[in-house]
Amino acid sequence: MSFNVVMFYVFSAIILIFSLLTITSRRILRAAVYLLFVLIATAGIYFLLEYQFMAAVQLTLYAGGIVVLIIFSILLTHHISHLFEKPELTKLLMGSGVAVVGSFVTIYTILTYPFPEIVTTTPLPATMENIGTQLLGVEKNGYVLPFELISILLLAAMIGAIVIAKKDKSKNSEI
Amino acid sequence: MIEGIPIQHFLIVSTLMFFIGVAGFIMRRNLITILMAIELILNSVNINFVIFNRYLYPDQLQGHFFAIFVVGIAAAEASVAIALIINIYRKLKNIDVENVNELRY
Repeated sequence: MSFNVVMFYVFSAIILIFSLLTITSRRILRAAVYLLFVLIATAGIYFLLEYQFMAAVQLTLYAGGIVVLIIFSILLTHHISHLFEKPELTKLLMGSGVAVVGSFVTIYTILTYPFPEIVTTTPLPATMENIGTQLLGVEKNGYVLPFELISILLLAAMIGAIVIAKKDKSKNSEI
Repeated sequence: MIEGIPIQHFLIVSTLMFFIGVAGFIMRRNLITILMAIELILNSVNINFVIFNRYLYPDQLQGHFFAIFVVGIAAAEASVAIALIINIYRKLKNIDVENVNELRY
């Protein structure tokens, strides 16, 4: 059993345990920190697969960006020692029932599907050179159109977020 | 490809993570925790894309690029959702999902 295999099971255990804690914790700030652990363990799995750029994106954007954004919004909207009440029994049963049934069906499908055991094609390493030429390429395997599309989407989301969160000064200025 | 780990193990981990996210989405009442459950779901989908790329089509990078685009869209979605949540909090003083329909005209 090599070190990679051990690290994979360690990361998987971290992911599963902390995802469960994320959705069951009664303190919202702790839930955000558990989500941070899940995202960092996912970045570890990307490192194991030798996708270093993907792992770096995961660490900077998810673990660095989105979790900080979520923590700021928690601090803006909640009292720090606020404790959730327990979820209602019907919702608890419905949620866990959906999760158990769905995961059984999906895992059964995964275990019975005949995945090809040995792939003979020569692997393309995910170096920065390959990623850059494909991300901005216009020929086969080029992704310049979704790249430009996502830049416009990010600009629209940024403007939309500013307009939505801006205070409305004309009407109710007492808040 | 990691020696000694079949593709099914990765897929089982991401499946369990996906359905934990779905359960959290159904169970929780707070908008921010629902957003965190959505992040879990998106993250498990990302793992699936990367794993399929690595194990079944290692001569291309398509799953890798899809995962990068999903991360970008998740960032945009989180920023807009948090702007909405802060606006809702300003109007209603709490962010439970039951009260959000008071925002309609």
